[in-house]
Amino acid sequence: MQLNKEEQSMLAGEYGEPRRWAMEHMLQVGRFFDAPDYVEVTQAHIMADTESLGEAGVVFLEDMAAAPLVDRLVRIPMITDPRGIDFCHYKRLKQTDLMASLEQRTIDAFEALGIVMTNTCINYQTIMPPVRGEHLAFGDTGVVIYCNSVLGAHSNFEGGPSSLAAGLTGRTPRYGLHLEQNRRATKRFNVEWQPQSLSDWGALGGIIGARTGSYWDVPVIDGIESQPGSDELKHFGAAMASYGSVPLFHLVGITPEAPTLDSVSDPKALVAELVTEADVDAFFDRYGGKGDKVDVVVFSAPQLSLLEMQSLANLLDDKKIHHDTSLLAVTSPAVAADARRAGFVERIESSGGLVLEGMCFYQSYAREMGEANGWKRLMTNSAKLTNIIGGYGYQPTLSNMENCVASAIAGEVV
Amino acid sequence: MATIELRCHIGVGPEVSGEALVTDDNFSARYDLDRIAGIFSRPQHKLAGQSYVDKIMVFNTAKGGVASAWMLHEMASRNIAPKAILFNSVNPILAQGAALADMAMCDRFVAGDVTQLIQTGDRVTVKPEEGLVTVERD
Repeated sequence: MQLNKEEQSMLAGEYGEPRRWAMEHMLQVGRFFDAPDYVEVTQAHIMADTESLGEAGVVFLEDMAAAPLVDRLVRIPMITDPRGIDFCHYKRLKQTDLMASLEQRTIDAFEALGIVMTNTCINYQTIMPPVRGEHLAFGDTGVVIYCNSVLGAHSNFEGGPSSLAAGLTGRTPRYGLHLEQNRRATKRFNVEWQPQSLSDWGALGGIIGARTGSYWDVPVIDGIESQPGSDELKHFGAAMASYGSVPLFHLVGITPEAPTLDSVSDPKALVAELVTEADVDAFFDRYGGKGDKVDVVVFSAPQLSLLEMQSLANLLDDKKIHHDTSLLAVTSPAVAADARRAGFVERIESSGGLVLEGMCFYQSYAREMGEANGWKRLMTNSAKLTNIIGGYGYQPTLSNMENCVASAIAGEVV
Repeated sequence: MATIELRCHIGVGPEVSGEALVTDDNFSARYDLDRIAGIFSRPQHKLAGQSYVDKIMVFNTAKGGVASAWMLHEMASRNIAPKAILFNSVNPILAQGAALADMAMCDRFVAGDVTQLIQTGDRVTVKPEEGLVTVERD
């Protein structure tokens, strides 16, 4: 890799140990992916919940936070993905004091590095939406696929260590989606069925993600007749990234790099695969469970927007959640503040639901929470969550928000 | 005993040797593992119930899950981790995670599908710096 003078100095340790580590780390990654050099980035976003960090990861961050101030502060605006704990509610969720203590140590380390604790995976809706062409180092696959696809920004999936390295140096290796040639479509899908609900959009994203199946493939999708909004594409992208590790999609006539099919591909070179109603039905059938007792209904992954919070409050008005079922609505601290001001939080909680902020269900010791609370059957409108949560010992059911709420009230999957 | 040499892209991590555990399925540390018990836990995964500890794991590709970048480091710190992970094609997250964890990782094999070239039970040596994997089979 070609390094300029400043980068060489950072690598030599002249800017302190954290920046030396960062350059060394990125050099290994850049070499792995044949990056010719580094590209400057304008923002970094880091995923670092304590469940995945563990004691070892927290100690790693604390060691970095112990460096002299001049050496350790990040060089560009840097924010955080959801945490594993909502300190107001962790005891009610039967999370432990040890989990809370690890979380607090992590927060202390991040703040010492100059990182802003936004605790959100919907920063593109709430904090600072990137602009087209902006180079970024974002963590959280849902954030990256949205910013690449819907906003036309340029980011690879940055795991915590690489995000941190980018924040400390203001650059990242130039490979993957930082290069224009890797943003062209390599697979083409024609959708014969029109999604209606957010869970429909998630299911469609999941199907296309699973069929695309690789970080290095880019699907272009044709046939969508309606105009999706931000929440629709949030669920679509998050599920696609989850099921297929896909970081970029093009929706013809909708996303900015694909005004036409020709603009992102040679249409003659790509054979269109059909996505049919039967494919979608089969997807939902994998996450059935009709008639089963439902233990917990979860709205999370991604965190809810203010408008999703409003929809949920509307559905729960004058209703009571079944006494053997829990309902959790998970959002960002910024949205939670607005939702509280608008009365949505009170309306959700007066029905027996619980609004959690700054966390994400599956990043919050989901296995331990499930065991402690006796949660097995989990119902959600997030296709992304259904994909993940089976690995944590849950039986997931996927349906739209209306059915999820009706099931929470009935105490069984309706 | 047969010995096969497989060329791949230059990887990350140290030279290691161990027993192969192979699947044509994909991999995410977040989605697929019980990291405390050291086994594959997602019921739909083709290796569900099997231990990955000290194995040379072979997968098709990596899925979702930015968290895997921290998780390899955390798993390695408790010595409940694979010795190496080989892919046909890996995503950035796992490569970043291997770099932090100092775990051997390689992908892009010249001779084709690595999930077919290596079999479960093979004795495998991984040399990431050289982009070379040696397979011994009885």
